[in-house]
Amino acid sequence: MKTFEPVIVAFCCHYCAYTAADMAGSMRRCYPSNIRIIRVPCSGKVDAIHMMKAFQKGADGVYVAGCLEGDCHFKNGNTQAARRVAYVKRLLDEIGIGGERLEMITMSAGMGERFASTASDFTEKIRRLGPNPIKGLKKAEAV
Amino acid sequence: MKTQSALEKVLAAGHLAVTSECGPPRGALPDKIKEKAELLRGYVDAINVTDNQTAMVRMSSFAACLFIGQMGLQPILQMVTRDRNRLAMQSDIIGAYAHGIDTMLCLTGDHPCFGDHPMAANVYDLDSIQFVQMVKIMRDEGKFQGGDEIQNPPKMFIGAAANPFGDPFELRVARLAKKVKAGADFIQTQCIYDLDRFEKWMEGVRDRGLDEKVSILAGVTPFKSVGMAKYMKNKVPGMSVPDELIKRMSGVPKDKQPEEGIKICVETMQRLKEVKGVRGFHLMAIEWEQKVPEIVERAGLHPRPLV
Amino acid sequence: MITAEQKPIQEIMEYVRPYSRILLVGCNECVTVCAAGGRKEVGLLSSALQMAFMQEGKVLDVKEMTLERQCDPEYVEELAGSINQVEAVLSMACGCGVQEVARRFKEKPVYPALNTKFMGASERQGVWAERCQGCGDCVLGLTGGICPIARCSKRLLNGPCGGSSHGKCEINPDVDCAWQLIWDRLKALGLEKRYEDIAPAKDWRASRDGGPRRIIREDLAS
Repeated sequence: MKTFEPVIVAFCCHYCAYTAADMAGSMRRCYPSNIRIIRVPCSGKVDAIHMMKAFQKGADGVYVAGCLEGDCHFKNGNTQAARRVAYVKRLLDEIGIGGERLEMITMSAGMGERFASTASDFTEKIRRLGPNPIKGLKKAEAV
Repeated sequence: MKTQSALEKVLAAGHLAVTSECGPPRGALPDKIKEKAELLRGYVDAINVTDNQTAMVRMSSFAACLFIGQMGLQPILQMVTRDRNRLAMQSDIIGAYAHGIDTMLCLTGDHPCFGDHPMAANVYDLDSIQFVQMVKIMRDEGKFQGGDEIQNPPKMFIGAAANPFGDPFELRVARLAKKVKAGADFIQTQCIYDLDRFEKWMEGVRDRGLDEKVSILAGVTPFKSVGMAKYMKNKVPGMSVPDELIKRMSGVPKDKQPEEGIKICVETMQRLKEVKGVRGFHLMAIEWEQKVPEIVERAGLHPRPLV
Repeated sequence: MITAEQKPIQEIMEYVRPYSRILLVGCNECVTVCAAGGRKEVGLLSSALQMAFMQEGKVLDVKEMTLERQCDPEYVEELAGSINQVEAVLSMACGCGVQEVARRFKEKPVYPALNTKFMGASERQGVWAERCQGCGDCVLGLTGGICPIARCSKRLLNGPCGGSSHGKCEINPDVDCAWQLIWDRLKALGLEKRYEDIAPAKDWRASRDGGPRRIIREDLAS
């Protein structure tokens, strides 16, 4: 059987995680190709519906990567994002998708190493959890 | 005299009155209430019968009052506005009076969230002050709250509660003034442990001459143990228990604590006797009715006057 | 405003289970402000329901609409074009909106997705508290602008009960004692004397106790 290769959506803040991803690249630091990066102007810009739609469209895992506490370019977008993530995690638990498929992660623009290790760790975690429970079903319906 | 109430007669004759209370049983157990009341015979002038106290369902105060009345003792019908609207309250009052119950205590009642039916609708059609006003109008004007005339109106001796230890303290005298204005004849206070605060309150009461207009019965409750003292201090809202009493209770071995609790209670009563405006005592020995005679005797309030 | 909270998702799912095509209708008024039933919440609930049912092997077709006001027939009429394409309506409005949709579309089952809570105000971002019970005979002019009916646990009209402790209500230390607030405000306004007037027994006819209420403005009524 083929190893399960999860699809992971990472909403990355332009001021930190997105730059850190660049940094990881210039450092030649490898990270899994499972990560689909979506650049956002601030993690606080990521709404609950964006996280939900990612899962609905087949993501196996989602994380929101924002600035370190106190470092948000827009003052408190990252703390708002963290609260929103907590809210959606509960919702995902309630509907059987599982809140552990969603995480909030923080880092600074210089943390290329952290970006890469986070991407690897999260991919591993989702690989262990297996596919998003609605994924196969959706395909079956589409047939 | 406004009524036939034995309590009114004792007070009118200038004696220090003594009342105590019985909580009705949680079941159709007439013997329970009779046993409790029998313990008090000859030691108190009247017996308060609680109305679903702490919002727990019990035999109705009215029914339990009937048993006590049949024993030749004097019941005080307690009634709370939590469970009944003004229709139900007035019909129970005339019913009780028709059975010879002539003394009552008008209360708001604990919120249902404290009891065994937290899911119940709470009524609070009236508050305690409006309740007192209603009973007074029934008695003095012979009218129902709705305005119609009552045939043979109930002549109730009207009691109300006062808590000198609730907040805001500066409102506590004003609130008593409102109850007096509404028509309260006697007041039974919350359990007194904090004598300093009580005396301060009484000072305010006397300054306004309220002690001349209403008979204040000082509430006392003996501690059974240091645990109970701590519970009263920490868990009962609107209760003030000084630290030195807790210290005193915990300073004696467990088997001596009941005696210490009674000693404190008797000492409190002795000191309260000296407070101008205190016209008697309301002794709430919670699930400890058998100690009431001893406390009354040791406080020098036995035998009770015959009026 | 009228505040509301979403029902547990399991309860909503039980309502929706028999159907495969539903209309999920939000409201742009109060429930949008209290983040319970506006456009955003409609989108989230739609997504959640679809994913939840998908795991049961069912494709739920959700048509999303958010009306300007669900309690006014003019706006509810906007559903007329879509109503025949669905088997049932799930409303994210307060109880008034749910009923207005049910009244207009008699042949369609309408289900509530929210529990309507109370008339309240926003204390701070994300926190709403009860302020008014709609008793129909406002006493705020006598109580320093703080309502004892809505904010005292025993709706006392003549002052605090014995359970008022350090400004808090006996039922819960998180609840302010309304009469402490009233007293503080009367003092600040120099109106303490007002406290000693006895508030007579309230005439509850103006409230719900007089039966379902209605307002008719002769000059406006058609």
